[in-house]
Amino acid sequence: MKYIIAIIKPHKLDEVKKALEAVEVNLMTVSNVLGQGRQKGRTEIYRGAKESGGLLKKVKLEIGVNEYFVEPTIRGITEAAFTGEIGDGKIFVLDLQDVVRIGTGERGGKAIN
Amino acid sequence: MSSGNTAWVLVCAALVFIMTPGVAFFYGGMARRKNVLSILTQCFAIICLVSLQWVLFGYSLSFGPDTGYGIIGGLDWFGLRGVGQEPSAIYASTIPHLAFMIFQAMFAIITPALMVGAFAGRMKFSALVIFTLLWTTFVYDPIAHWVWGAGGWLGGIGALDFAGGIVVHVSSGISALVVAILIGKRVGYVKQAFAPHNLPITFLGGALLWIGWFGFNAGSALEAGGLAANAFVTTNTAAAAAGMAWAFMEWKMDGAPTVLGIVSGVVAGLVAITPACGFVSALSSIPIGLIAGIICYLAVARLKPLLGYDDALDVFGVHGIGGIWGTLATGIFAAVAINSGGADGLLLGNAKLLLIQVVYLIVCIVYALVVTWILYKVVDALVGMRVDKESELIGLDLTQHNESAYTVLE
Repeated sequence: MKYIIAIIKPHKLDEVKKALEAVEVNLMTVSNVLGQGRQKGRTEIYRGAKESGGLLKKVKLEIGVNEYFVEPTIRGITEAAFTGEIGDGKIFVLDLQDVVRIGTGERGGKAIN
Repeated sequence: MSSGNTAWVLVCAALVFIMTPGVAFFYGGMARRKNVLSILTQCFAIICLVSLQWVLFGYSLSFGPDTGYGIIGGLDWFGLRGVGQEPSAIYASTIPHLAFMIFQAMFAIITPALMVGAFAGRMKFSALVIFTLLWTTFVYDPIAHWVWGAGGWLGGIGALDFAGGIVVHVSSGISALVVAILIGKRVGYVKQAFAPHNLPITFLGGALLWIGWFGFNAGSALEAGGLAANAFVTTNTAAAAAGMAWAFMEWKMDGAPTVLGIVSGVVAGLVAITPACGFVSALSSIPIGLIAGIICYLAVARLKPLLGYDDALDVFGVHGIGGIWGTLATGIFAAVAINSGGADGLLLGNAKLLLIQVVYLIVCIVYALVVTWILYKVVDALVGMRVDKESELIGLDLTQHNESAYTVLE
């Protein structure tokens, strides 16, 4: 089992969701996050005062999957979130020790989806 | 007594009232999220405090029978003694004296509320309460008496201020600058620019201000007639010109027109037309607004960083500079043809009016500056003006009021 964390551009969320649903990955947790990479933040100007280096708005997806779904998930996110410009984001893949479904008490691979 | 005039002035009083919550939203949206409630609380507290002060003795000091030399009214009308349902013998002879009194009360209320933006995010609430009561008594009430009170010495020399360009906007703008300088910069300013936390709220505040300003300016005619209509039209026109002027300045200088810019420009135009609205034509209100939008933008975006003071939400840049320009503009564009009780201005060949307006400005600026400085020192010695650094970093909402505007969890 793997725990996949993906940081993507906010306006790409819909496409990524559709791409994941197409490979039957339906469970995910999504949050609004702020961050900065090599491109730095976008400059905002308020009454002539520049606020540069502000953090960029991103969307974070967290998905737990069985081994079989790891590559389709990565492929789905990569293809849908790609623009080719700087700041497309990153995918982190972590080993996942265990999963518990609170409703039934099921564990591991059975609990994951 | 006229029921039409009475209805008009009472409605206008309610319109002017809505401007103070409007100011609260206008500033609240520009503040950081940890300070938004402190702005709202301060504005409502000012409404409550000045309402009481006004009824008890503020109205009497401002409009009560002069005590001699045109400096201040007496306490003859303490607790509204003699201020009743019949018209006053001196002011607005066609409406109940109480209607005139409550209309004026709303002006006294909004003036200290305008200053809140300058020291946003760093003044103790206890200090604000004491400072507000002292300031409205020792700065607002005398200046209102000089200009609008019967026997007031500035009204006597022929200075024109239709709806309070100086009494409200220059007095608050200059005093706000004094407080901003004395209380010091916010932690992190200038290195860090502080982004507004909710610009739609600022927009809402700006819209409420624009609506309320029709009552502020057109109501100052004190009757439902042609002069009120003139003030209404010049008010709207100047605001429109200034909103576009500010937005275009930004577009050219900073790359894009912004909602904060167009709202700020509108407010700057409303400030500038305030002293002039009942003395100038609709056509004259266009240059008044355009120039207000341009110079207030320059004051806020260029002059402030150059001088380095932290007038957090630009009370001086918008109300101080806009009010000064409007007072001078009255001396330039005024026409007897618009208001027989006024005077011709510079463009109609009368340079004397502009000179009077300059004297009027200098006197009020110096008075507001000196007295605000003294009052600041007094309150600072009594309770301390500024919160400690840790409270400032945590935010005034939590440290002064034990609440926060937005919960993260349900």
